[in-house]
Amino acid sequence: MTITTLLFASYADALGIESLRLDLPEGATVDDALEQLRTMPGGERLPPAPLVAINLAYARTDSRLSAGDELAVIPPVAGG
Amino acid sequence: MRSAIVSRPLDPAALLDEVSGISNGASILFVGTVRNINDGRDVTGIDYAAYLPMAERELAAIVAEATERFRTPDIVVEHRLGHLALLDASVVIAVAHPHRAAAYDASRYIIEELKRRVPIWKREEYVDGTREWVGTAGTQKVESRRQ
Repeated sequence: MTITTLLFASYADALGIESLRLDLPEGATVDDALEQLRTMPGGERLPPAPLVAINLAYARTDSRLSAGDELAVIPPVAGG
Repeated sequence: MRSAIVSRPLDPAALLDEVSGISNGASILFVGTVRNINDGRDVTGIDYAAYLPMAERELAAIVAEATERFRTPDIVVEHRLGHLALLDASVVIAVAHPHRAAAYDASRYIIEELKRRVPIWKREEYVDGTREWVGTAGTQKVESRRQ
């Protein structure tokens, strides 16, 4: 299955990309997606357990993904 | 009740007007502005970025929670994105309520939850021309020690 992955701020800078598609096996979790990101250049700069959101809602890294999901990897937020 | 994430200058007085009403005895206006020093470094400006659809959703959820929890519909919040100079307002929270205690509490609740949950990031610009995402330097230091 294919999911869309979004990176922001320092994480986008680390991997040099803001959006990419990941191919994952059916039943894959957010952790599986993060593992794939860590194999990319700069991916080693992602923290062990970053904040993530699936389809605009905060999620756990052991959450299962579905085809077409939008996974966002969210650096420490700093609004205000 | 209204919230928005915008790319234009904020107008605190307009937001205050928007929440005021004859049944409200207290109005609280919180204005967050860009300051010149952070962690001992001279800041010259800040770029704000967001995961816009989620930030809009999360901010709307916080305002809805505050409306329910503090029992007033008269809450308006705007957060600005893009490049901001020193003194520019990055966030404005206007709350009006019949009584002051709840108005203060609602205003405080909204800014604290915003800082905790809304996916917005800021990249500070310093006098020496360098730029850095706020909140990540510590993490990067830890990681670089590990390498």
